[in-house]
Amino acid sequence: MRTLKYLLILCLAISSYDLAAQIDSTLFRRTTKDTTKVLMNMDAIYNRPFLSVSKLPVAVGGYVEANWQHQGTNGVSEGHQFQMRRLTLFLGSSIYKKIKFLSEIEFEDGTKEINIEFASVDVELHPLLNFRGGIVMNPIGAFNQNHDGPKWEFIDRPISATEMLPATWSNVGFGLFGKLYKKNWVYAYETYLTNGFDDKIISNSQNKTFLPASKLNPNRFEESSNGQALITTKVAVKNRKIGELGLSYMGGVFNKFQDDGINLNKKRRVDVWAIDFNTTLRATKTYITTEWAFVNVDIPDTYTQQYGNKQAGGFVDFVQPVIRRNIFGFTRSVVNAVFRFEYVDWNIGKFTENGASIREDVISIMPGLSWRPFPQTVFRLNYRYKWQTDILGNPPAKTGGFQFGFSSYF
Amino acid sequence: MNGLKYILISFSLLNIVSCSQFEPSAPNGNQVLDGPIEGLTTSEHKQFVNGDLAFNSQIFTVDNGLGPLFVATSCGSCHAGDGKGHPFTTLTRFGQTDETGNQFLNQGGPQLQNRAVPGFTPEQIPAGATFSKFLPPANTGLGFLDAVSDSDIIAWADPTDANADGISGVPNWVAMKNYVDARPNSVVQNGKYIGRFGRKGSAYNLLQQTAQAYNQDIGVTSTYEAVETYSGSASDPEVSNQTLTDVVFYLKTLKAPVPRAETTEILSGKQLFTNVGCANCHRPEMKTGVSTIPALSDKTFYPYTDLLLHDMGAALDDGYTEGSAKTFEWRTTPLWGLGLSKNSQGGKYYLLHDGRANSIEDAILLHGGEGDSSKEKYKSLTDEEKKKLILFLESL
Repeated sequence: MRTLKYLLILCLAISSYDLAAQIDSTLFRRTTKDTTKVLMNMDAIYNRPFLSVSKLPVAVGGYVEANWQHQGTNGVSEGHQFQMRRLTLFLGSSIYKKIKFLSEIEFEDGTKEINIEFASVDVELHPLLNFRGGIVMNPIGAFNQNHDGPKWEFIDRPISATEMLPATWSNVGFGLFGKLYKKNWVYAYETYLTNGFDDKIISNSQNKTFLPASKLNPNRFEESSNGQALITTKVAVKNRKIGELGLSYMGGVFNKFQDDGINLNKKRRVDVWAIDFNTTLRATKTYITTEWAFVNVDIPDTYTQQYGNKQAGGFVDFVQPVIRRNIFGFTRSVVNAVFRFEYVDWNIGKFTENGASIREDVISIMPGLSWRPFPQTVFRLNYRYKWQTDILGNPPAKTGGFQFGFSSYF
Repeated sequence: MNGLKYILISFSLLNIVSCSQFEPSAPNGNQVLDGPIEGLTTSEHKQFVNGDLAFNSQIFTVDNGLGPLFVATSCGSCHAGDGKGHPFTTLTRFGQTDETGNQFLNQGGPQLQNRAVPGFTPEQIPAGATFSKFLPPANTGLGFLDAVSDSDIIAWADPTDANADGISGVPNWVAMKNYVDARPNSVVQNGKYIGRFGRKGSAYNLLQQTAQAYNQDIGVTSTYEAVETYSGSASDPEVSNQTLTDVVFYLKTLKAPVPRAETTEILSGKQLFTNVGCANCHRPEMKTGVSTIPALSDKTFYPYTDLLLHDMGAALDDGYTEGSAKTFEWRTTPLWGLGLSKNSQGGKYYLLHDGRANSIEDAILLHGGEGDSSKEKYKSLTDEEKKKLILFLESL
């Protein structure tokens, strides 16, 4: 009841914006975080700046990102594009000393997509045994857990993490997580049972196996498409001097194999493995983060090889701080030179008709610069060049161009 | 001062990025098959774009009509870059050896849907049926071929080989679909019309070709081809008339392939092409008549076909036929765009009706029947002459 009361008070406060000028601003407490220094990827959801009101146990936060881009493919330019990619709102609450609530609501491309990406209650039973339930972020790879725009030096999210793996992929479910600290080492695990994928992953407008197609199912927060749980498990280990290594798995039956008690098809699985690693080279302060994933989908032989039963891909980011000094009065400014390499093979295999290799892949390089006037705000200038080859292996479509934008927590 | 420096750097960068010079350039027009013919009006260009989107970007799934039996999930799957197809989407047609009309229509004929959405079983070729594999042809310049008059085609035919050159091309006389309107001045023989599209020349026009392809290749019904290939019963249209009209317009107004550089060697090869008799069937030049699309009317173009059926010999006789064509007869394939075929076939040639030839020379050497004489003449050329002839064909 107390929480509800606080929530109501907070809502009233927010909705009475015109009264804000009369509120003593010292009542607002900003919990700042250096979000560029993540504890572990699994901690990312709490490693965000929040604003709390006086002693209310409720805190709000969020981030916003917008950009300009000028890109073209094979001589056809899109011209100037101004994009409001995301406005994300966080709402967190300490319900009790060891019970927390956190939610993340995202507006993508204006209001084209509005998603509850995260809305869960965490109960700490023991540092090694925490319960989480609600809409949870399936911890496959690192990007899905740690995707806030202001934490990244690139405007575009990694192709492998967003189009092969379905970041940001969240589902209703329950699970456990925990951490163990041993001197310089931290060991962590997460495991969840949630609703899962559906038939759309092999029947979609992308004309390829496309796990994010299941995100378009508006019913996935209400019911499972086939009554089968998706299991997602991640183990990670971090050494304070070396870096963090994560191994994750997500799998389950994706197809609607029965309807109204009648068997329609055999159960078909999707299985995903991912490995992620991040470190900072001490000598040069170079931050490196990488994630590679492998997807296996059980597709009937009598369907079409347009939809691949194996995919693989990943990315590696290099972030090299080159200037650390006062810029425009921002005393903690950092300018980084950055570079990303990406590769995704959407369809690994050979054509049954002639034994030739199936292509359908993309390679992208993205050099750029980023300026962080403050750890929670980043301005980014990226140049992208991308080669996209079709399923037959014909000359690739080449896309290139510049992007400039910002992303900031608020 | 430092701040000012950064502002200047920022503006310089913005200045740089405001131009498109850092974006990938377009390939030369003669290196791609896609693109509209010249002379279209603004509204025609819009319809071209609509057709392009439907042809190349509309993907069919279970939700919007795919299958349940099918071969491909979009038009573009079979005709990448509007070029020739790949064995991945080669069609299989089945029937019988005579020209009495397909006897297997009630068993799923004439086309095999060799794929099925999950939960369904693909078709099998019925016992007793013969079959042939058809590699998807290129789409370029189809509007020009569509606008050639029947009288011109008839004039090129020589069923009795009256000129004794060993070439006796004949039209494929086909039954007209009830939704197809005959062209003005169409020639009719025993109630049948001249087909000109498809490997056997069994489709009268591009509307028929397109409506049948949606139905038999993708398993999508329309008001024109309303019968579901799986159930054999009529169903609601799964693709609109407007989409079909736009796609037909797109196919009609795709530009003709543009020949590449005419070097001395290529010009020599062109002469050899005529000397060995290739040009007797692969006619270099044609003219359009009057078209409903003004930009196609009264145009001279260079397709290297005669739109007629020819005996291609026993090696290419698959024992399957369509319309009045014999099992060994094939419509002369237009050679324009031949040199760009590899760019739509995954970097490798798949030539002849079923893609069995992996080089232009292989294709020449597989010619038989009416093409036998030219093949022998080609074989007698010196290696240098053969090279020139191939260079010419690759320049088309």
